[in-house]
Amino acid sequence: MYQYDNYDQTIVDERVAQFRDQTERFLAGQLADDEYRPLRLMNGLYLQRHAPMLRVAIPYGLLSSDQLRMLAHIARKYDKNYGHFSTRQNIQYNWPRLEQVPDILADLASVQMHAIQTSGNCIRNVTSDHLAGVAADEIEDPRPYCEILRQWSTFHPEFSYLPRKFKIAVTGATEDRAAVAVHDIGFYMTRNDTGEVGFRVLVGGGLGRTPYIGAIIREFLPKRDLLSYSEAILRVYNRFGRRDNKYKARIKILVNALGAAEFATRVEDEWQQMDRDALTLTDAALADIKRRFTTPDYQAFDGDAPAFAAKLGEDAAFKRWVSRNTHAHKLPGYRAVSVSLKTPERPPGDATDAQMDTLADLAERYSAAEIRVTHEQNLVFADVATQDLYALWQGLDALGLAVPNIGTLTDMICCPGLDFCALANAGSIPIAADITNAFNDYDYLYDIGELKIKMSGCMNACGHHHVGHIGILGVDKKGVEFYQLTLGGSAASDAVLGDRLGPALEKERVVPVIRSLLDVYLEHRQEDERFLDTYRRIGMTPFKDRVYGAEDEIRRSA
Amino acid sequence: MKVIKNNTVVNDAWQLVDDGAELPAGDVIVSLGRWQQERDALLARDGQVGVALTGDQDPAALADDLDQLPLIGLLFPKFTDGRNYSSARLLRERFGYKGELRALGNVLRDQLFYMQRCGIDAFALAEGRDADAALQSLRDFSKVYQDTGDSATPVWRLRGAV
Ligand code: SF4
Repeated sequence: MYQYDNYDQTIVDERVAQFRDQTERFLAGQLADDEYRPLRLMNGLYLQRHAPMLRVAIPYGLLSSDQLRMLAHIARKYDKNYGHFSTRQNIQYNWPRLEQVPDILADLASVQMHAIQTSGNCIRNVTSDHLAGVAADEIEDPRPYCEILRQWSTFHPEFSYLPRKFKIAVTGATEDRAAVAVHDIGFYMTRNDTGEVGFRVLVGGGLGRTPYIGAIIREFLPKRDLLSYSEAILRVYNRFGRRDNKYKARIKILVNALGAAEFATRVEDEWQQMDRDALTLTDAALADIKRRFTTPDYQAFDGDAPAFAAKLGEDAAFKRWVSRNTHAHKLPGYRAVSVSLKTPERPPGDATDAQMDTLADLAERYSAAEIRVTHEQNLVFADVATQDLYALWQGLDALGLAVPNIGTLTDMICCPGLDFCALANAGSIPIAADITNAFNDYDYLYDIGELKIKMSGCMNACGHHHVGHIGILGVDKKGVEFYQLTLGGSAASDAVLGDRLGPALEKERVVPVIRSLLDVYLEHRQEDERFLDTYRRIGMTPFKDRVYGAEDEIRRSA
Repeated sequence: MKVIKNNTVVNDAWQLVDDGAELPAGDVIVSLGRWQQERDALLARDGQVGVALTGDQDPAALADDLDQLPLIGLLFPKFTDGRNYSSARLLRERFGYKGELRALGNVLRDQLFYMQRCGIDAFALAEGRDADAALQSLRDFSKVYQDTGDSATPVWRLRGAV
């Protein structure tokens, strides 16, 4: 966990004062709506369907137990006792009052948190692998680089009024767990021929109205050049990105208009001309940042605890949860644990204040007092000794948070949709509830295996529907909610956009159609193929025929 | 023109002149196009000459003229148009411009801090804005993270690691 020094704290405190002043001027009528708007957005504050929505930054998804308790406190004091964890590894509150937002920010600042640049046309909160630092497939821990990018991008004076929002993701692992390919810049840590560690650089990924998987513009960037190269990309974008149409203003449109090769040449030219020395990441500066990350107090185990093996034998429910919700850890005797926020009780990604408080206690007891937020809207306890797993599981179960569905079809990504979001065309939370209720047989879920359903309430694609194995997009047809399905998308290392299944479906048909799609999968599945693999092998036709062919027959017989 | 300069509000003699308009006496700021077409005549006048750049104009177009220009204006048609932040940095850091960089147009107090950090040192606030109040915003932050060629020392240097 990164620890602020006085400088970091000063900047966050001064931000609170600045935003308080801006908000007071707005409330006093001295700042016009359209002048205040970008200012509040740069602080994650939206004016929504029912009330303002405040998005709080969780840099690269990492939280201390004290910070999680503060998030619980805010939910209790200023909101309706819950918060929503988003695909950006942030948390959103749906019911704060505008005049209280400065106080919320002051509370956040007291635990080294903020809402800086969680929205607006600026560089957003940097996201990363939720298993950073503990994954076995990691080349290097990406978090110090995320923190360096966080600091560099915080109130960057040149890049605070970009053509559009700008998202950066970093991963240090070989498997992409952070949807890096759909970011404006994606950094993949890699080794060159001489064994030096640096970054492969991708630009122009993004979802929304015009989805793109990003293009690699540099195969190897030395670590020391991380900031100068980022600055070159941002400068090219800031100067040449379109500003005449907000739907064509993301960097992906510029990269596509110029072609990735030409875009790369422009970045390279800018980079060659700029004063790179000032931005070079020296060994000393990097060491300084790394030093301010605390490391868990790991114990040396030979392997899994004997008591753990015994419990696996005794308790089938525990065993099921372990096999579904825990992940390998780089150290023997440890596991990383996913806490599923996809439960029948609440909308995907939501947690109550009481749950957050208890999770903070559990993290202190069992996982180095840290919690991570995943882009799939779950939480992770990254450093749990196997000897503690049973007790942790019981603790989670008491909270209703031991649902063993990680990676299965009920572990959906789902945006707030029509229930909260002013931009929505259709509800997404009710569809998620329908799916959760319909598919509640674990044997069936496990038989289906890995299946990523991702759902957005409109084409802004906050729910990443384009890269779902099954994507669901809410559309509005003459005031009625319809749902457009896509198949075959992926946000992992094999990132690809999904294909449209066919005409949008009425709300009632979404669950039956998913069932039909799964029937087709089960009929065609070879060995342990995932849904995605089967789709890739057999293509769209069998799925389409089943869904729409059947519809034709029904129509004909009617 | 009323401007914020060196942390005070002053009224100076510079006038922004539209392209078609006749040149008044005194110090004038003209467009890049007019400067390129009428450079000799402009330099032969009594008053001083400055050039105003729009966000889509490449500051490199002035690279050879910098010694002759005591002032370069940067036009912000809307305060959300951030292109001239890049132009300001290029003029200061790449081309070494030492004269005055003046923000013109929809210049509002809540952006002054960023402008200043990019090397802009004079701010002609939008019509009807309270310049004295705006002065406060130039001091919004006492610490900064980036090295952007202004006089502020970024915190990673203050940390003494380098
Ligand atoms: S995808 Fe649309 S409906 Fe869903 S949160 Fe984003 S903007 Fe709102």
